[in-house]
Formats: sequence, structure tokens, C-alpha cells
Amino acid sequence: MDYGAYDPAGGQPASPPPPRAIKILLAGGFGVGKTTLVGAVSEIKPLRTEELLSEGSLRTDRTEGVEAKTTTTVAMDFGRISLRRDLVLYLFGTPGQQRFWFMWDELAIGALGAVVLADTRRLADSFPAIDYFERREIPFIIALNCFDGARRYAIEDVRMALDLEPGIPMVLCDARSRESSKEVLIALVEHVLATASQEAVSGIA
Amino acid sequence: MPSNDERWLDAEAGPVVRPYALTQGRTRHTGASFDLVATVMATHARVADPTSLAPEHMNVLQLARAPTTVADIASDVDLPLGVVRIILADLRELGLVAISTPVARAERIDSHTLREVLNGLRGL
Repeated sequence: MDYGAYDPAGGQPASPPPPRAIKILLAGGFGVGKTTLVGAVSEIKPLRTEELLSEGSLRTDRTEGVEAKTTTTVAMDFGRISLRRDLVLYLFGTPGQQRFWFMWDELAIGALGAVVLADTRRLADSFPAIDYFERREIPFIIALNCFDGARRYAIEDVRMALDLEPGIPMVLCDARSRESSKEVLIALVEHVLATASQEAVSGIA
Repeated sequence: MPSNDERWLDAEAGPVVRPYALTQGRTRHTGASFDLVATVMATHARVADPTSLAPEHMNVLQLARAPTTVADIASDVDLPLGVVRIILADLRELGLVAISTPVARAERIDSHTLREVLNGLRGL
């Protein structure tokens, strides 16, 4: 006898399990192309956060003269990629400045990893993000957004300028292109996988 | 003294109702914290007194009829995340929504899932 189809709820179809949600962070200075990249590769949605300035951010934010302001509004780039019915990738693009780190602390928990989007004309803008992910041991890669007319630097020169650890991958990309932005995400996941298997090996040794 | 007519209440002036007015000034939610991509699902429990819920609470509840995430809801109702979190915590306290985080918070994502993500991306 087959009891498999017995449904105590009386024929109501069971709702499918909710999809697994995977977070990827995208960091970089203003105007570096975060919104463009998220829009190229995912369904982009507006998301804003009105956060209380925490004590941590108060220390770094100059609040003299604006004592009445206790909240700060930050617009995030938020994108969703349905990989399968049961697997959804969420992209969160956040400003790279140190004063937004209080937001990253939360975003980073349980995240797959991060992409630091960099512009060769303003490499220094990516220093805080690189510093942040290195300190918190969050796996990340650098994606150099190749703007039209921007001078193409040799990858090795940029690596040196950024003082990157040898193991951190760097890829060139065109944030306007879906294919190129997809390759950036693929490069990140490959890096995280490689790091995970290296850790497994050194764990045995 | 400016009359009411002279007040500028266009989009440039910001929201007419400050977001945290919807939460009675609360900026922290009650109960256990939840991730931006935590799954939110309405429990389909009956709302004992619908008039006790603000329209924003009803909106959020409506969106959670099918499983969704905290970030998706915040985007769909166009309210700041902090406000949506408080609304969700209220609804959870009333037993109207269940909130669960699929991936253990402190844990790294396992290799099997990583490969699934990789294949998914390649297949896009």
C-alpha cells in the first residue's frame, strides 16, 4: 500500500521550500560602476537603508554642526539573480568609504565573498575596501572596470599599486556588459572554491 | 511666520512622514536578529484585530505570503531596511511571520553549494 500521497492537510499542495539565498558583496568608490555592474547581470531593485549613526561611525564621521542628524540614508545597489528555482544569488553594492563599514559588518556575515570594483584612474578609492576584506578574512577579488578612454595599465602595475597579496585574483571587466560582469562573479566563486580546497588540504597536512 | 501653503513638500524635501514615525520612533527591533537575506514567510495565522496593524505592517504581511527575503520586502515596500526590520519583528512577535536564516550565520558556504552557484552562473 502506498501511503506516500497521504496528505493530512486535506489536499492542499505543500508550498515548495524557500530558495537558498547566497550573498555577494560589491564594494568600490562612488562612480566606479557598481550600479552598472549590478544592473548588467541581475534584476536590480532599489534598496535604501536609513541607519542610526552608530558610535563606531560617529567616531569617523565629522558630525560637528550637524548634531541633530542621527540617521544617515544610504542607497544600496541590490540585485537578484535566480540561478535555479531553489538557489538565488543576491548582490549588495555598497559605498567603499570607511564610514559605511558599519553596514558591511552585517552584510559580510555569511556572505560568499566580495568583489572590489576598481577604476585605474582612482585606485586609492579601493584601498579601504581591500583593507576591510583582508582584515576580516573575507575572500575577495579585484575587478578593474575598463572605462572607455581610460589608460590601460598592465595588470602587474595595478597589483603593485594596490599592494595586493599574490593569491588575490584580479580581472578586467566592462561593467556595462552582462557577459563580462558574469565572468567577474564566476572568477569570485572560483577563487572562493580554490581557497576552500586549499584550506582543506592544509588542514590535513 | 510661514503659512502652511509656503512649505515645500515635494520629493526634494524628503518623505512627508519620517520613516521612523512608522515605528513610533523605535530604531531597534525586538527579539533575535535576522539577516538581510533571511527567509520571511507569513504563518497564515489569523490577524486577531486587523485595525491594530498599520497599513505598512499589512503591506509587509501581504508580501510575505510567498517566501521572500528581508531585503526583497524592503525594496518592494520602498522603506528603509531599519524600518522594515522593526515591522517584521512586530509581525513575528504577533506570530504572523516566521523568519529563518538559511545559511548558518558564522559558517562559510560549503563547497557543494559553491559548485552549484558556479554552474548556475555559467548557465546564465
